[in-house]
Amino acid sequence: MIALILVGIFTPWLKPVRQQLNFLTVPFYQLTDIPRRLSEWGTVTFASDNDLRSENERLKTELLIYQRKQQQMAALAAENVRLRQLLNARDILQDKVLIAELVGVSPNPLNHVVIVNRGSKEGVYEGQPVLDAFGLMGQVIEVNEDTSRVLLISDPTHAIPVQVNRNGVRAVAEGVGDLNRLNLRHVSINADIREGDLLVSSGLGERFPVGYPVAEVEQVVRNSGQAFARVIARPMARLDRSRHVLLVFDTHSGSSEHSSSSSAAGR
Amino acid sequence: MLPQYWNNYFIVALSFFLALVLAIYPLPLDWRWWRPEFVLLLAIYWISVFPLTMSLFLLCGLGLFEDLLEGVPLGEHSLSMIIVAYICILSYQRVRNFPLWKEAGWVFVLVGLAQLPGNWVQSMAGRPLAGILFLAPALTSALIWPLVREFMDRICSHYRIT
Repeated sequence: MIALILVGIFTPWLKPVRQQLNFLTVPFYQLTDIPRRLSEWGTVTFASDNDLRSENERLKTELLIYQRKQQQMAALAAENVRLRQLLNARDILQDKVLIAELVGVSPNPLNHVVIVNRGSKEGVYEGQPVLDAFGLMGQVIEVNEDTSRVLLISDPTHAIPVQVNRNGVRAVAEGVGDLNRLNLRHVSINADIREGDLLVSSGLGERFPVGYPVAEVEQVVRNSGQAFARVIARPMARLDRSRHVLLVFDTHSGSSEHSSSSSAAGR
Repeated sequence: MLPQYWNNYFIVALSFFLALVLAIYPLPLDWRWWRPEFVLLLAIYWISVFPLTMSLFLLCGLGLFEDLLEGVPLGEHSLSMIIVAYICILSYQRVRNFPLWKEAGWVFVLVGLAQLPGNWVQSMAGRPLAGILFLAPALTSALIWPLVREFMDRICSHYRIT
């Protein structure tokens, strides 16, 4: 039994076994998903006319605002492409996304892993970045036919390369097992990082796309006796509240080959 | 009419199935520490009812299945399961004479013991220990034990499980 554990942790040999057997676990997760579906059905079916009307109104207003932003965005994107061509840089394409829904949470309290209802059938691949409406949430670590497991950025085994949005200072943000906290590793004591800075993904390591918000710096502790500053950040994504997430497809060619060998995640 | 042992098998399997569902029922991320170890509680209960016929191999397999279900390294739950089951089989005669509160205390010790291999495996996989919080499932398990015991006793007498 102990040998099995050791083999499971330190070698990838048991991975195919898991993948084969995972279909057994699907009915369980479908079963635990029933209450959520019922409540969703209930809210849709028993919603009052007034509520729907006001929600419709609100959504229309929001849509208008976003459409205006979108118009600006088109012009900006075109300008961006032009400038990049001047610089001979590769132009960034719009990322394709797939909307997924949370169907489960890893029961083990030490793992920050959630389960979403998209799998290899929809083209989900290992290492795929996952976002919610507010920022980066994590990455896919295990793909089954209909579901996949997503490692959140707050898991202690997860680390993500980031940069400060204000000035481009780079760092690595790692989870500490707390939903509302990330630590920045090896930030030199005179680095220009302030409280309130937005950290966005830097795209180094080629696993996460560039420029998605990751966290906001909450606290910087500089102790002159130490070589590194202690920087604590709060994830932008609502890791424990978002039900709908986005799976981002990397539009660069050969993304899955890249990501499987990259060292962006894990230490 | 099916023979009596089929009835027994069915109830035992059904109860374990429900325990597995409860074990993965989604909870808010911060509350997961307080989830009782339902599968382990049922294993302890059924060993006290069928001390001679519960199969350690099957319990081990059940633990493996729970590992698969929860997505933790294979063997974590089955290791703690066989440790606890072995202690239960050694001690069931004494524990039978305990009053209920003392039994709950014993369950606290057993579930706490079962947490240790889990923490060991997780720390090997790179996740730091959570301090004294790892005893939280043991505490809730012990608190819920009288309910489980009473409920299962009623089921047993209703379906005449012997």
